[in-house]
Amino acid sequence: MGKSIGSQIIASVFVNSLYMMANYPLVLVSTVLAPFSLLIAITFVSHGTLLPIAIGGAFILSMIGAGTGMQQDLSHFKNDFKLQDMVVSSPTSAAIYFLGMSVSELVYTIPVIIVLGILAFFYVHASLLGFAELAAVLIILFAFSCALGFVLSTFSSDVVESWAYAGIVSTVLSALPPVYYPITYIPMPFQYLAYLSPATYGAEIMQSITGVVSFSGGMLAVDWVVIIGVTLAMLAIAVKRSRWREK
Amino acid sequence: MDMLTCKGLSKEYDKGKRALDGVSFSIPAKGVFALIGRNGAGKTTLVRILATQLLPTGGYATLAGLDVVKDTGSVRELIACVPQEAHAMPWLTPRQFITSYLYWRGMGRDEAARSFMATMRKLRIEKYADTTNRKLSGGLKRKVLVAAVIASRARILFLDEPTTGLDPISRTELWETLRMLKKDHFIFLTTHYLEEAENLADNIGILNDGRLMALGTLDELRARVKYPYSIKVFSEAKAEKPRQGSMIVGEDGVRQILTTEREANRLSTKLIKRGVRLSMNPITLEDIFYYIVKKPIENEVYDNGEEYW
Repeated sequence: MGKSIGSQIIASVFVNSLYMMANYPLVLVSTVLAPFSLLIAITFVSHGTLLPIAIGGAFILSMIGAGTGMQQDLSHFKNDFKLQDMVVSSPTSAAIYFLGMSVSELVYTIPVIIVLGILAFFYVHASLLGFAELAAVLIILFAFSCALGFVLSTFSSDVVESWAYAGIVSTVLSALPPVYYPITYIPMPFQYLAYLSPATYGAEIMQSITGVVSFSGGMLAVDWVVIIGVTLAMLAIAVKRSRWREK
Repeated sequence: MDMLTCKGLSKEYDKGKRALDGVSFSIPAKGVFALIGRNGAGKTTLVRILATQLLPTGGYATLAGLDVVKDTGSVRELIACVPQEAHAMPWLTPRQFITSYLYWRGMGRDEAARSFMATMRKLRIEKYADTTNRKLSGGLKRKVLVAAVIASRARILFLDEPTTGLDPISRTELWETLRMLKKDHFIFLTTHYLEEAENLADNIGILNDGRLMALGTLDELRARVKYPYSIKVFSEAKAEKPRQGSMIVGEDGVRQILTTEREANRLSTKLIKRGVRLSMNPITLEDIFYYIVKKPIENEVYDNGEEYW
């Protein structure tokens, strides 16, 4: 039997997004609404001045949320349905499963990306290059959070543990970094804490693109190096260190 | 070439817990191999090692001549596994779950669709193909999992306690399925339902505390027990010790006498005349298990049996 890698990837997309959305359309509504609560609050509180940043922030958190959501989805599949064991005992490799599940999370996020894209078209005044940079930041942060989510899911032994991981990851990647507002709004010395999160570096690039906040070229270069570096490291850990076949 | 070989297979977990202790055996051909043992005997650990989900700490194992550690990729092409406590996702239909599983195994769309329908028909559950799993009975849900591994066309199937929790009718239906399958598959089945092993298995292994205590066909295992007849005395009247054989007193007060056919006839006639309530049968796998392991299979903590010789 010829093995189709495309089939192996699409399996995850079907199970973890398409069939879920088809059988329970309500999940679509919940996914689309998720990033809007803070976006709306920040926009009202700032009388609209932070709207472009808030849209960028919603983009970043949607992508990070998609990746970290993978941790909970995979933990659920692994611990409650024993799906990971079934997949391990098959020709699918950890890397293919990881790739498929990442794509499935991306597909799951498509509705919100479309809505935010429409808002960005009207309210974020950036050059074409700026939008390309924004897309690159989003893809990098998505890859980082997927890899982190995958590694944690392979180590979690039950759903309660996965909730704990989700809480910690959410604090580090979503609450700590200033994605909906400029980092200068955070008083010292708490700004240093924000820099513990890779999302902060992505947020700085995004805020620079929107033109609301300006950062030096050197700072932006550091931001790129950090997000690319931590993402590559996390991807390497996901492929090499995830607990696929247990020891 | 043997279908399955284990040589000194051991597994010690991090906290020093030894789950498998030098397990060695081989199974020559296809059919059903049932591994029986009490909870915690090491059955799932052995399945997980053979199904390439867990690494052993010692020894080696081969499936169809392929080493499960060194030839992992090739082994995974041959095997499919239904883990203990596996469930088909409730939001999917059998069609969605099984075809996705087949995609994961690398099958193309048309081939997966064909294999799915052929398997559903074979198991006579095709009318449930598009019913969401959450609406299916417990027995059907387990059948969906078994259908997934059958549809995969893997030659070697691992089924870890596939009938646990099923009602007797569902269990019997699943046995029928496995009986059909064993003609052209090697099925590694773990169970603590001894009648399941008796009904299905071509070979039976008894695992206790990580050690393989016995292996063979049911007849070969029977032959290991010196006395092939069992009398169970249920009433409280004093049971007479057999002239030949042994008597075991269970926790529930039931006395079991293992003896020869002749002595069983003599004793049971005598006891019936005294109005003692009893049953007499050729020994079952349960008796063999008790004889070899010295503990009943079901009760984890019970060990009050007293043996007279």
